[in-house]
Amino acid sequence: MFEYAPAPESRSIVDIHPSYGLFVDGDFVDPEDGVRFKTVNPATEEVLAEVVAAGPRDVDRAVAAARAAHETRWSTLPGRERAKYLYRLARIVQERSRELAVLESIDNGKPIRESRDVDLPLVAAHFFYYAGWADKLGYAGFGPDPRPLGVAGQVIPWNFPLLMLAWKLAPALACGNTVVLKPAETTPLTALAFAEICQQADLPPGVVNIVTGAGETGRTLVEHPGIDKVAFTGSTEVGRQIARSVAGTTKKVTLELGGKAANVVFDDAPLDQAIEGIVNGIFFNQGHVCCAGSRLLVQESIADDLLDQLKRRLATLRLGDPLDKNTDVGAINSSEQLQRIRLLSDIGEQEGAERWSAPCELPDRGFWFPPTVFTGVTQAHRIAREEVFGPVLSVLTFRTPAEAVEKANNTPYGLSAGVWTEKGSRILWMAQRLRAGVVWANTFNRFDPSSPFGGYKESGYGREGGRHGLEAYLDV
Amino acid sequence: MVVTHEPPSDLAVSNGGLRRFLHGLPGVDHVGADARAAALATRSIKTTAKAFALDLAVRTIDLTTLEGQDTPGKVRAMAAKARRPDPSDPSCPPVAAVCVYGDLVAVAADALRGSDVHIASVATAFPSGRAPLDVKLADVKAAVAAGADEIDMVIDRGAFLAGHYLEVHDEIVATKQACGAAHLKVILETAELATYDNVRRASWLAMLAGADFIKTSTGKVSPAATLPVTLVMLEAVRDFRDQTGRLVGVKAAGGIRTAKDAIRYLVLVNETVGDDWLTPDGFRLGASTLLNDLLMQRQRLATGHYAGPDYFTLD
Repeated sequence: MFEYAPAPESRSIVDIHPSYGLFVDGDFVDPEDGVRFKTVNPATEEVLAEVVAAGPRDVDRAVAAARAAHETRWSTLPGRERAKYLYRLARIVQERSRELAVLESIDNGKPIRESRDVDLPLVAAHFFYYAGWADKLGYAGFGPDPRPLGVAGQVIPWNFPLLMLAWKLAPALACGNTVVLKPAETTPLTALAFAEICQQADLPPGVVNIVTGAGETGRTLVEHPGIDKVAFTGSTEVGRQIARSVAGTTKKVTLELGGKAANVVFDDAPLDQAIEGIVNGIFFNQGHVCCAGSRLLVQESIADDLLDQLKRRLATLRLGDPLDKNTDVGAINSSEQLQRIRLLSDIGEQEGAERWSAPCELPDRGFWFPPTVFTGVTQAHRIAREEVFGPVLSVLTFRTPAEAVEKANNTPYGLSAGVWTEKGSRILWMAQRLRAGVVWANTFNRFDPSSPFGGYKESGYGREGGRHGLEAYLDV
Repeated sequence: MVVTHEPPSDLAVSNGGLRRFLHGLPGVDHVGADARAAALATRSIKTTAKAFALDLAVRTIDLTTLEGQDTPGKVRAMAAKARRPDPSDPSCPPVAAVCVYGDLVAVAADALRGSDVHIASVATAFPSGRAPLDVKLADVKAAVAAGADEIDMVIDRGAFLAGHYLEVHDEIVATKQACGAAHLKVILETAELATYDNVRRASWLAMLAGADFIKTSTGKVSPAATLPVTLVMLEAVRDFRDQTGRLVGVKAAGGIRTAKDAIRYLVLVNETVGDDWLTPDGFRLGASTLLNDLLMQRQRLATGHYAGPDYFTLD
């Protein structure tokens, strides 16, 4: 037996303060009306630090700082000067990437292999990419001299804390906006580390403000009359509330919401790579991915063979300590999320689907859920319709390409989809018909800053990334 | 178990039948296979796992010399190294086999008498395979008669690329017959097959024809062994066993020079096909300079210090 010995990444590289303030106008400040709460390591339930749930006066202060910075400093700065700051941020992120990856894994529960090899390289790439746009906005197709919107209020989720921060901040700053950003309540630490990076980069005070807190802080920020733009990534339910609250105002909104992506495997697919794609589609980041391939649509003629192979592969997944360099599946981010995953899985079983979980031991402490596959799922099951946001795959079958498209599109969501076939013409045929913002062909969950990302239907509106991502932050 | 493409029993009677079967195998997505191999290469093998892997790597080595300048003296020195790779450490296992050209098999057999180290010989007009079939078979028989118990043959890549699958197949069958009791390793020379689809087809072709091992490369064409090619071959032997019950081994040969590389191959084996292949009967590393790096790493792990290269024998 070739058993891998523990290979933990050292956490001595990170320096977590016992308590953090809010990052307003270039400084960490104590709250005026906010209260403190604790953030924990989801793999151990150990308390990591105390952070502030910012109150209305705190949000006021941050928005005022952002407004002042916008008017006096940032919007009048030539694009090439803004670019210098963005390049500087990107380089510091690269220099500190090991520290940030460890911190991300500690606060979020994701495996260090992912935070190190996926999250952090993409964070730096995003800043580099939009730094390149900052002095070329006149050539982006939005007129000769497109103007920024002003102050952006940005609310991001806990699944890719630092990467979502990069997706929000980089285009906003490149276009000349200033920002008040609220990280998720369970994963504030890398955003606060990024605040330190803003100081290190000598970013003018007030250009980036970070207010921590939960849903109430987010609501205060989104509804604040002093902001010009709302950017939100998170659940469809909260997205609806935001859409209602900004209706009738002049605020521009982009929403990146939930998904229930179909990963469609045809009988002529490259099978071994399709298996990897299925695993990567739904078990990457414990399934905490809005574009996760949570519905596997497999052609009925190969379904049994493919499921046997898939289960054999899942039995090799290594679940455990997120800081172990050989861990494939980390911890569920919070006890609330674990409850939801358990609830929906139990409902799946009650509704008659067959449940199978990879044979892996779960640690005693922390929040854990084994990689799970439901077979015999139909379109009528709740696990085929609702976003689980966890390591739970629903397997459905189809007979013809037309049926695959019909089932794939038969969802209120439309964020992403995957197609696995060796036939190029079929890939194009499918891509034209799938109502999803991203269609991956013979791969899944691949991201690049130059590629726009966003949803159809209840998966939201607006695009992030690429040239398209500039539009959300320009007055066009 | 998984039965996707069960080979029909009368498959190998016509070129058309073989073509239909081989071209009916699931394709290999190049980008995906590379990505999977790269992901597994990031595994971090430390302490006890590293000790296990280093010893296993030593045990699976076919210690090889295949040069025009090979002499009996060189082969005797290598055989001594094969028996006792680290004279300063009796706990160090011997390697799996030595691998030489056919004319030096008798020297190797003499030097290895009484040991468990196997004697492998390349044959069939290695490395190009460009000779008439009867010459190739005579090459094999001579090596076996001189004492080789493992034969490393090359397939006719020209015939394979021309689509003459039956010809390649029948040549392997004839070579297998000429081997008698000797084990047959079939070298695909994957660099010349170029695509992963071809690697998968050639793997199946060799297994259907009776190969005991399928081997990546001669070491004479670049690139020799690579992780993704080995991954594709491992998937083939896994699927072949599912369908026929027969375990065919995989040999990665050429360009594997460091302990770190060797461990990456063992990780690939471990996570693709598992325990059953983690033995000298299921997996081999064809190498020469690799052995000393493994010995240095073994000693480093045991003592906490690196000895200089002069403390390891050059053979």
